[in-house]
Amino acid sequence: MTLMKHPMIARLLILAFAVGAYATLSAPAHAQLRIDITSANTQPMPIAITNLFGSSPNETKIGLDVAKVISDDLQRSGLFRPIAQNAFIQTPEALRTQPRFGDWRVINAQALVSGAAIIRPDGSLRLEFRLWDVLAEQQMVGQAYHTEPSNWRRAAHQIADAIYKRITGEDGYFDTRVVYVGESGPQQRRVKRLAIMDQDGANHRYLTDGRVLVLTPRFSPTSQEITYLSYLNDKPRVYLFNIDTGQQEVLGDFPGMTFAPRFSPDGNRVVMSLSNNGNTDVYLMNLRTRQSTRLTTEPGIDTGPSFSPDGTRIAFESDRGGTQQIYTMGSDGSGQKRISFGQGRYATPVWSPRGDLIAFTKLYQGKFFIGVMRPDGSGERLLSESYLVEGPTWAPNGRVLMFFRQTPNDDRGTGGSTRIYSIDVTGRNEREVVTPTDASDPAWSPLIP
Amino acid sequence: MSLRILSAFAAVLLLAACESAPSDTGMAAGSGGASSSSSSANQGPRPGSQEDLVVNVGDRVFFDFDQYSVRQDQRAVLDRQAAWLKKYPEVTVTVEGHADERGTREYNIALGNRRATAAKNYLVALGINPNRVQTISYGKERPAVAGSNEQAWSQNRRAVTVVTARAGS
Repeated sequence: MTLMKHPMIARLLILAFAVGAYATLSAPAHAQLRIDITSANTQPMPIAITNLFGSSPNETKIGLDVAKVISDDLQRSGLFRPIAQNAFIQTPEALRTQPRFGDWRVINAQALVSGAAIIRPDGSLRLEFRLWDVLAEQQMVGQAYHTEPSNWRRAAHQIADAIYKRITGEDGYFDTRVVYVGESGPQQRRVKRLAIMDQDGANHRYLTDGRVLVLTPRFSPTSQEITYLSYLNDKPRVYLFNIDTGQQEVLGDFPGMTFAPRFSPDGNRVVMSLSNNGNTDVYLMNLRTRQSTRLTTEPGIDTGPSFSPDGTRIAFESDRGGTQQIYTMGSDGSGQKRISFGQGRYATPVWSPRGDLIAFTKLYQGKFFIGVMRPDGSGERLLSESYLVEGPTWAPNGRVLMFFRQTPNDDRGTGGSTRIYSIDVTGRNEREVVTPTDASDPAWSPLIP
Repeated sequence: MSLRILSAFAAVLLLAACESAPSDTGMAAGSGGASSSSSSANQGPRPGSQEDLVVNVGDRVFFDFDQYSVRQDQRAVLDRQAAWLKKYPEVTVTVEGHADERGTREYNIALGNRRATAAKNYLVALGINPNRVQTISYGKERPAVAGSNEQAWSQNRRAVTVVTARAGS
């Protein structure tokens, strides 16, 4: 049995079912149901996701909504193909006792999700789910979640994460949020607002009203804070924004413009750029002491710093060699060395949460690319190409990225759009992340604590 | 004669821009309705004002792609700006640095800072007190011209001088 604490949005309790309680006694020996997500040509796994059974109209409604969120999450991952429910033979109620595996094999389901939504006498919600291997006729995972009914959507994302993890062997990324910049108005007078939403677009809200130009928000790995660039009072500076309280605070008192902020993995420091008298260098600020350290001293443009997940190294871009290229250095500024040597310019390095790759924006022959390379610069792979794609950000499991794409305007300055897309690190499964308006500068949160 | 016609034409353009895009033309705050009526083609803009700078001096210089050195063909504009600033010693300005959309956001912010600084340094080299000239970079956030072609980009790679406190104010 597992008990997990959720300090921020507490009250969500996960209980693992006793494995085997529902498993059939004489399950045939069978290969473990599994998706290799590193493979470039994985076929989506057919999965039957039934509505969680409810014995009252309210519970039935929750069970249906939860199944929809799980199904949408898994479908968007590109690794699963949820089967249309009208093909199902066995009802959710009948599933409560035991799956009739033949009913699911006949519609070619390889995996089956069943469960129940129960409003308890104290008004709290209990969500149970089981993941079944249809061919092996075995339960793969079974868990119960205790939460408040209003919190059903987060519980659904956590169930989707549990299914993803059990079948791929990788942590999920569905119980996450995205902060980005919502855009509206003509290009010359673009209105930009900080916005936040769940990774599936639900619970969308704006954090700023658009009166002040804001850019490049990034999540704290440890708290409900983001750091971003604001042009408040025509003084462009790096700010901290508390998502819960709405409080904003300028970071430091620098003689020039500060921008390009990112948190360190421990959340205690922010690395950023300072531009003064035409020179741009990377600085590191300790959030507790508010002391800052200059990490680069070259006369060129040093910007776009991003920590490695272990906190020991920083990737950044610099034009000190003539054009924008990616460099790495120790988190104290030591050992600065160039790692990008391909054709073109390289910008916006972002270290994967797994540590194995650095995502970047590449500019070559008038086109923009999103790509990844190893931290030593080897193994470059380009994932997406366009008139303008920019600003990659990683899902917390390091398997999926978001970025934004701007399409060209015509001569009257119309017709172009700016939208956020997600793509697997394999280069497959590119799809738009739907937002109410044009959108740029996405930043993916860690798994919600 | 032709120069005067051009000035009148520019003033009309300015009026039109004033209605549609007050922030991007570099018009100082507070130069709206009252000065619009005074800057008629006959009377010309008020001396030492943003309109004066735009119409009679030139408020902006343009840069080559990914470059920040002041181009040979743009120096005359800064020469005139320096002379104008000497003529109105109480005027202070901010030089706004801008980039076209063909670069990444954060690099373009740094590039805009370089361009604004290059224009400021040019004015300072001509004897303008550096304390009269502030700089700010908007990167690629405030294009002067919409459009995704070289014609638009070449007008967006710019440093624009904006009056922040003007003569007689």
